[in-house]
Amino acid sequence: MITLEQVKVGDALPALTYDVTSTTVVLGALATRDWRPMHHDYHFAVERQGVQDIFLNSPNQGAWLERFLTDWTGPKGRLGRLQFKMRKPIFPGDTMVIEGLVRDVSVDKTGCGWAELELTIRVSDVTCTESEAKVAIPTSPDDNPWQRHGERWNP
Amino acid sequence: MTPTPDLPADVQQVIGKLQYEEEGDFPVEQGYFWTSAASVENANPIFWDDAVADEITTGPIAPLSLLSAWFRPHHWAPGRAVEKLPLQIHFDLKARFELPEAIMTENVTTFHEPIRPGDMITSAQRLVSVSEEQTRRLGTGRFWVIDVEYRNQRGELCGVERWTGFGYRRIDPPKDTP
Repeated sequence: MITLEQVKVGDALPALTYDVTSTTVVLGALATRDWRPMHHDYHFAVERQGVQDIFLNSPNQGAWLERFLTDWTGPKGRLGRLQFKMRKPIFPGDTMVIEGLVRDVSVDKTGCGWAELELTIRVSDVTCTESEAKVAIPTSPDDNPWQRHGERWNP
Repeated sequence: MTPTPDLPADVQQVIGKLQYEEEGDFPVEQGYFWTSAASVENANPIFWDDAVADEITTGPIAPLSLLSAWFRPHHWAPGRAVEKLPLQIHFDLKARFELPEAIMTENVTTFHEPIRPGDMITSAQRLVSVSEEQTRRLGTGRFWVIDVEYRNQRGELCGVERWTGFGYRRIDPPKDTP
Protein backbone atom coordinates (compact mmCIF):
# COMPACT_ATOMS: atom_id res chain seq x y z
CA MET A 1 0.00 0.00 0.00
CA ILE A 2 1.46 3.38 -0.97
CA THR A 3 1.08 6.82 0.56
CA LEU A 4 1.15 10.08 -1.34
CA GLU A 5 4.68 11.00 -0.25
CA GLN A 6 5.96 7.95 -2.13
CA VAL A 7 4.45 9.18 -5.42
CA LYS A 8 6.39 11.51 -7.70
CA VAL A 9 5.59 13.14 -11.02
CA GLY A 10 7.14 11.03 -13.77
CA ASP A 11 6.86 7.75 -11.85
CA ALA A 12 6.05 4.83 -14.12
CA LEU A 13 3.61 2.22 -12.82
CA PRO A 14 4.51 -1.46 -13.18
CA ALA A 15 3.22 -2.57 -16.58
CA LEU A 16 0.48 -5.19 -16.78
CA THR A 17 0.70 -7.63 -19.69
CA TYR A 18 -2.20 -9.92 -20.55
CA ASP A 19 -2.97 -12.31 -23.39
CA VAL A 20 -6.53 -11.61 -24.50
CA THR A 21 -8.67 -14.57 -25.51
CA SER A 22 -12.26 -14.93 -26.67
CA THR A 23 -13.07 -15.88 -23.07
CA THR A 24 -11.55 -12.61 -21.85
CA VAL A 25 -13.83 -10.67 -24.19
CA VAL A 26 -17.01 -12.65 -23.50
CA LEU A 27 -16.45 -12.84 -19.74
CA GLY A 28 -15.81 -9.09 -19.62
CA ALA A 29 -18.96 -8.33 -21.58
CA LEU A 30 -21.15 -10.60 -19.45
CA ALA A 31 -19.62 -9.34 -16.20
CA THR A 32 -20.71 -5.85 -17.17
CA ARG A 33 -24.13 -6.98 -18.43
CA ASP A 34 -23.29 -5.92 -21.96
CA TRP A 35 -25.23 -8.19 -24.29
CA ARG A 36 -24.35 -6.42 -27.54
CA PRO A 37 -23.34 -8.98 -30.17
CA MET A 38 -20.01 -7.46 -31.19
CA HIS A 39 -18.67 -8.63 -27.84
CA HIS A 40 -19.67 -12.28 -28.26
CA ASP A 41 -20.71 -12.94 -31.89
CA TYR A 42 -17.80 -13.28 -34.32
CA HIS A 43 -19.97 -13.11 -37.44
CA PHE A 44 -21.76 -9.98 -36.27
CA ALA A 45 -18.46 -8.30 -35.44
CA VAL A 46 -16.92 -9.16 -38.81
CA GLU A 47 -19.88 -8.89 -41.15
CA ARG A 48 -21.83 -6.04 -39.57
CA GLN A 49 -19.19 -4.03 -37.78
CA GLY A 50 -16.39 -4.58 -40.26
CA VAL A 51 -13.78 -5.51 -37.66
CA GLN A 52 -11.62 -8.64 -37.50
CA ASP A 53 -13.18 -10.30 -34.45
CA ILE A 54 -15.18 -9.69 -31.27
CA PHE A 55 -13.49 -7.08 -29.09
CA LEU A 56 -13.24 -5.89 -25.47
CA ASN A 57 -16.18 -3.70 -24.45
CA SER A 58 -15.85 -0.28 -22.85
CA PRO A 59 -16.86 -1.05 -19.25
CA ASN A 60 -14.53 -4.05 -19.17
CA GLN A 61 -11.65 -1.89 -20.35
CA GLY A 62 -12.59 0.34 -17.41
CA ALA A 63 -12.33 -2.70 -15.15
CA TRP A 64 -8.86 -3.51 -16.49
CA LEU A 65 -7.75 0.07 -15.85
CA GLU A 66 -9.29 0.03 -12.35
CA ARG A 67 -7.41 -3.16 -11.55
CA PHE A 68 -4.17 -1.75 -12.97
CA LEU A 69 -4.46 1.32 -10.74
CA THR A 70 -5.33 -0.47 -7.52
CA ASP A 71 -2.61 -3.07 -8.12
CA TRP A 72 -0.35 -0.04 -7.70
CA THR A 73 -2.10 1.93 -4.94
CA GLY A 74 -3.31 -0.95 -2.81
CA PRO A 75 -6.89 -1.22 -1.54
CA LYS A 76 -7.01 2.25 0.03
CA GLY A 77 -6.52 3.83 -3.39
CA ARG A 78 -9.86 5.24 -4.47
CA LEU A 79 -10.55 6.03 -8.08
CA GLY A 80 -12.11 9.47 -8.49
CA ARG A 81 -12.20 9.92 -12.22
CA LEU A 82 -11.42 7.73 -15.20
CA GLN A 83 -11.42 8.86 -18.81
CA PHE A 84 -10.56 6.72 -21.77
CA LYS A 85 -10.62 6.88 -25.54
CA MET A 86 -10.66 3.72 -27.57
CA ARG A 87 -8.54 4.25 -30.67
CA LYS A 88 -8.48 0.66 -31.88
CA PRO A 89 -10.37 -2.42 -30.73
CA ILE A 90 -8.60 -5.09 -28.67
CA PHE A 91 -9.21 -8.57 -30.06
CA PRO A 92 -8.69 -12.19 -28.98
CA GLY A 93 -5.09 -13.12 -29.76
CA ASP A 94 -3.79 -9.67 -28.83
CA THR A 95 -1.29 -9.30 -26.01
CA MET A 96 -2.33 -6.08 -24.34
CA VAL A 97 0.05 -4.07 -22.23
CA ILE A 98 -1.29 -1.52 -19.75
CA GLU A 99 1.13 1.21 -18.76
CA GLY A 100 0.86 4.35 -16.66
CA LEU A 101 2.78 7.49 -15.81
CA VAL A 102 2.15 9.92 -12.93
CA ARG A 103 1.45 13.38 -14.36
CA ASP A 104 0.55 15.30 -11.21
CA VAL A 105 0.49 14.89 -7.45
CA SER A 106 -1.57 17.22 -5.26
CA VAL A 107 -3.51 17.67 -2.05
CA ASP A 108 -6.88 19.41 -2.39
CA LYS A 109 -8.38 21.96 0.00
CA THR A 110 -10.06 19.22 2.05
CA GLY A 111 -6.73 17.44 2.57
CA CYS A 112 -7.39 14.63 0.08
CA GLY A 113 -4.27 13.41 -1.71
CA TRP A 114 -4.49 12.88 -5.46
CA ALA A 115 -2.37 11.42 -8.22
CA GLU A 116 -3.25 12.15 -11.83
CA LEU A 117 -2.05 9.63 -14.33
CA GLU A 118 -1.76 9.03 -18.03
CA LEU A 119 -2.53 5.42 -18.96
CA THR A 120 -2.37 3.48 -22.19
CA ILE A 121 -3.42 0.06 -23.36
CA ARG A 122 -1.28 -0.99 -26.29
CA VAL A 123 -0.95 -4.05 -28.47
CA SER A 124 2.61 -4.32 -29.86
CA ASP A 125 3.46 -0.74 -30.81
CA VAL A 126 -0.13 0.33 -31.40
CA THR A 127 -1.92 2.36 -28.74
CA CYS A 128 -5.44 0.98 -28.60
CA THR A 129 -6.75 2.97 -25.64
CA GLU A 130 -5.61 6.27 -24.16
CA SER A 131 -6.71 7.05 -20.63
CA GLU A 132 -6.38 9.57 -17.85
CA ALA A 133 -7.15 8.80 -14.25
CA LYS A 134 -7.39 10.69 -10.99
CA VAL A 135 -6.87 8.52 -7.93
CA ALA A 136 -7.06 9.41 -4.26
CA ILE A 137 -4.10 8.06 -2.32
CA PRO A 138 -3.72 8.11 1.48
CA THR A 139 -1.61 11.02 2.67
CA SER A 140 -0.43 8.93 5.65
CA PRO A 141 -0.75 5.30 6.80
CA ASP A 142 -3.79 6.32 8.90
CA ASP A 143 -5.56 8.19 6.12
CA ASN A 144 -8.34 6.44 4.20
CA PRO A 145 -9.86 8.16 1.15
CA TRP A 146 -12.85 5.80 1.30
CA GLN A 147 -14.00 7.61 4.43
CA ARG A 148 -14.60 10.78 2.44
CA HIS A 149 -18.14 11.73 1.46
CA GLY A 150 -20.05 14.79 0.26
CA GLU A 151 -18.03 17.99 0.39
CA ARG A 152 -14.91 16.12 1.45
CA TRP A 153 -14.85 14.13 -1.80
CA ASN A 154 -14.12 16.19 -4.92
CA PRO A 155 -13.07 13.94 -7.78
CA MET B 1 -22.89 25.62 -25.93
CA THR B 2 -23.08 26.65 -29.61
CA PRO B 3 -25.86 24.76 -31.41
CA THR B 4 -24.75 22.49 -34.26
CA PRO B 5 -25.89 24.25 -37.48
CA ASP B 6 -27.56 21.31 -39.25
CA LEU B 7 -29.20 19.79 -36.19
CA PRO B 8 -32.97 19.15 -36.49
CA ALA B 9 -35.10 21.15 -34.07
CA ASP B 10 -36.46 18.05 -32.31
CA VAL B 11 -32.92 16.94 -31.45
CA GLN B 12 -31.80 20.44 -30.50
CA GLN B 13 -34.79 20.61 -28.16
CA VAL B 14 -33.74 17.68 -25.98
CA ILE B 15 -30.13 18.75 -25.53
CA GLY B 16 -29.49 19.41 -21.84
CA LYS B 17 -32.75 17.81 -20.67
CA LEU B 18 -32.80 14.91 -18.23
CA GLN B 19 -34.52 11.91 -19.87
CA TYR B 20 -35.24 8.27 -19.17
CA GLU B 21 -35.00 8.42 -15.40
CA GLU B 22 -35.47 4.84 -14.28
CA GLU B 23 -34.67 2.39 -11.54
CA GLY B 24 -32.46 -0.62 -12.26
CA ASP B 25 -34.09 -4.00 -12.89
CA PHE B 26 -32.73 -5.52 -9.68
CA PRO B 27 -31.02 -4.70 -6.38
CA VAL B 28 -27.24 -4.60 -6.59
CA GLU B 29 -25.84 -8.12 -6.21
CA GLN B 30 -22.49 -8.99 -4.70
CA GLY B 31 -22.11 -11.90 -7.14
CA TYR B 32 -21.46 -9.36 -9.89
CA PHE B 33 -18.61 -7.88 -7.81
CA TRP B 34 -16.82 -11.21 -7.91
CA THR B 35 -17.63 -11.89 -11.57
CA SER B 36 -16.29 -8.48 -12.51
CA ALA B 37 -13.14 -8.79 -10.40
CA ALA B 38 -12.58 -12.29 -11.80
CA SER B 39 -13.01 -11.08 -15.38
CA VAL B 40 -9.91 -8.91 -15.00
CA GLU B 41 -8.15 -11.05 -12.38
CA ASN B 42 -8.42 -8.22 -9.85
CA ALA B 43 -7.17 -9.47 -6.47
CA ASN B 44 -8.01 -6.25 -4.59
CA PRO B 45 -9.00 -7.64 -1.14
CA ILE B 46 -11.86 -5.17 -0.68
CA PHE B 47 -13.76 -7.37 -3.17
CA TRP B 48 -12.72 -10.73 -1.75
CA ASP B 49 -12.07 -10.36 1.99
CA ASP B 50 -14.95 -9.20 4.20
CA ALA B 51 -12.60 -8.17 7.02
CA VAL B 52 -10.63 -5.90 4.69
CA ALA B 53 -13.86 -4.52 3.22
CA ASP B 54 -15.19 -3.82 6.72
CA GLU B 55 -12.00 -2.02 7.69
CA ILE B 56 -11.46 0.04 4.54
CA THR B 57 -14.84 0.56 2.90
CA THR B 58 -17.22 -0.14 5.81
CA GLY B 59 -18.41 -3.33 4.13
CA PRO B 60 -18.46 -4.72 0.59
CA ILE B 61 -18.60 -2.33 -2.34
CA ALA B 62 -18.89 -2.86 -6.07
CA PRO B 63 -15.89 -2.41 -8.34
CA LEU B 64 -16.28 1.21 -9.40
CA SER B 65 -16.05 0.33 -13.08
CA LEU B 66 -19.28 -1.67 -12.73
CA LEU B 67 -21.24 1.57 -12.42
CA SER B 68 -23.10 1.25 -15.72
CA ALA B 69 -23.92 -2.43 -15.17
CA TRP B 70 -26.64 -1.63 -12.64
CA PHE B 71 -28.87 0.01 -15.18
CA ARG B 72 -28.28 -2.34 -18.08
CA PRO B 73 -31.61 -4.16 -18.57
CA HIS B 74 -31.99 -7.92 -18.68
CA HIS B 75 -31.64 -9.21 -22.22
CA TRP B 76 -35.12 -10.68 -21.94
CA ALA B 77 -38.00 -10.38 -19.50
CA PRO B 78 -41.48 -11.96 -19.50
CA GLY B 79 -44.05 -9.91 -21.34
CA ARG B 80 -41.55 -7.57 -22.91
CA ALA B 81 -42.26 -7.41 -26.65
CA VAL B 82 -39.51 -4.98 -27.56
CA GLU B 83 -35.92 -5.25 -26.38
CA LYS B 84 -35.22 -2.68 -23.69
CA LEU B 85 -32.01 -0.90 -24.54
CA PRO B 86 -29.40 0.62 -22.27
CA LEU B 87 -28.35 4.19 -23.03
CA GLN B 88 -31.61 4.79 -24.86
CA ILE B 89 -30.60 8.24 -26.12
CA HIS B 90 -27.78 6.59 -28.07
CA PHE B 91 -30.28 4.33 -29.85
CA ASP B 92 -32.75 7.20 -30.31
CA LEU B 93 -30.04 9.11 -32.19
CA LYS B 94 -29.09 6.11 -34.32
CA ALA B 95 -32.74 5.81 -35.36
CA ARG B 96 -33.31 9.54 -35.75
CA PHE B 97 -30.33 9.97 -38.09
CA GLU B 98 -30.75 6.54 -39.75
CA LEU B 99 -27.25 5.43 -38.77
CA PRO B 100 -27.24 1.63 -38.55
CA GLU B 101 -23.88 1.23 -36.83
CA ALA B 102 -22.42 2.89 -33.77
CA ILE B 103 -19.45 2.61 -31.48
CA MET B 104 -18.50 4.28 -28.24
CA THR B 105 -15.26 6.20 -28.61
CA GLU B 106 -14.75 7.90 -25.25
CA ASN B 107 -15.92 7.55 -21.68
CA VAL B 108 -15.29 9.80 -18.70
CA THR B 109 -16.63 8.62 -15.36
CA THR B 110 -16.60 10.48 -12.10
CA PHE B 111 -17.09 8.26 -9.06
CA HIS B 112 -18.86 9.39 -5.90
CA GLU B 113 -20.62 7.26 -3.25
CA PRO B 114 -19.64 3.60 -3.57
CA ILE B 115 -22.38 1.15 -4.57
CA ARG B 116 -23.17 -1.60 -2.09
CA PRO B 117 -25.09 -4.89 -2.11
CA GLY B 118 -28.83 -4.28 -1.97
CA ASP B 119 -28.66 -0.74 -3.33
CA MET B 120 -31.30 0.21 -5.89
CA ILE B 121 -29.68 2.42 -8.47
CA THR B 122 -31.59 4.98 -10.47
CA SER B 123 -30.15 6.34 -13.68
CA ALA B 124 -31.07 9.32 -15.81
CA GLN B 125 -29.66 10.34 -19.18
CA ARG B 126 -28.91 13.72 -20.66
CA LEU B 127 -27.95 14.48 -24.27
CA VAL B 128 -25.06 16.95 -24.14
CA SER B 129 -24.24 17.50 -27.83
CA VAL B 130 -24.49 16.14 -31.38
CA SER B 131 -21.89 16.93 -34.05
CA GLU B 132 -22.36 17.81 -37.68
CA GLU B 133 -22.18 14.90 -40.11
CA GLN B 134 -18.61 13.87 -40.86
CA THR B 135 -16.70 11.04 -42.49
CA ARG B 136 -14.22 8.93 -40.55
CA ARG B 137 -12.42 5.65 -41.20
CA LEU B 138 -15.49 3.60 -40.20
CA GLY B 139 -18.01 5.57 -42.22
CA THR B 140 -20.09 8.72 -42.38
CA GLY B 141 -22.08 9.82 -39.37
CA ARG B 142 -22.21 11.93 -36.25
CA PHE B 143 -20.59 12.02 -32.84
CA TRP B 144 -22.77 12.54 -29.79
CA VAL B 145 -22.12 13.04 -26.09
CA ILE B 146 -24.46 11.64 -23.44
CA ASP B 147 -24.27 11.97 -19.65
CA VAL B 148 -25.70 9.31 -17.37
CA GLU B 149 -26.18 10.09 -13.69
CA TYR B 150 -26.50 7.30 -11.15
CA ARG B 151 -28.04 7.71 -7.70
CA ASN B 152 -28.73 5.24 -4.91
CA GLN B 153 -32.03 4.77 -3.06
CA ARG B 154 -31.10 7.63 -0.71
CA GLY B 155 -30.65 9.99 -3.66
CA GLU B 156 -26.89 10.12 -3.18
CA LEU B 157 -24.90 10.62 -6.36
CA CYS B 158 -22.89 7.47 -7.07
CA GLY B 159 -21.34 8.55 -10.34
CA VAL B 160 -21.65 10.34 -13.63
CA GLU B 161 -20.65 8.77 -16.92
CA ARG B 162 -20.06 10.86 -20.00
CA TRP B 163 -20.14 8.78 -23.18
CA THR B 164 -19.06 9.87 -26.64
CA GLY B 165 -20.55 7.74 -29.39
CA PHE B 166 -20.17 7.73 -33.17
CA GLY B 167 -23.18 6.60 -35.17
CA TYR B 168 -22.37 5.86 -38.80
CA ARG B 169 -23.18 4.31 -42.14
CA ARG B 170 -20.41 2.13 -43.49
CA ILE B 171 -18.85 3.43 -46.66
CA ASP B 172 -18.50 -0.07 -48.22
CA PRO B 173 -21.52 -2.29 -47.59
CA PRO B 174 -20.67 -5.76 -46.28
CA LYS B 175 -20.26 -8.32 -49.08
CA ASP B 176 -22.96 -10.68 -47.76
CA THR B 177 -25.58 -8.01 -47.24
CA PRO B 178 -28.42 -8.26 -49.80
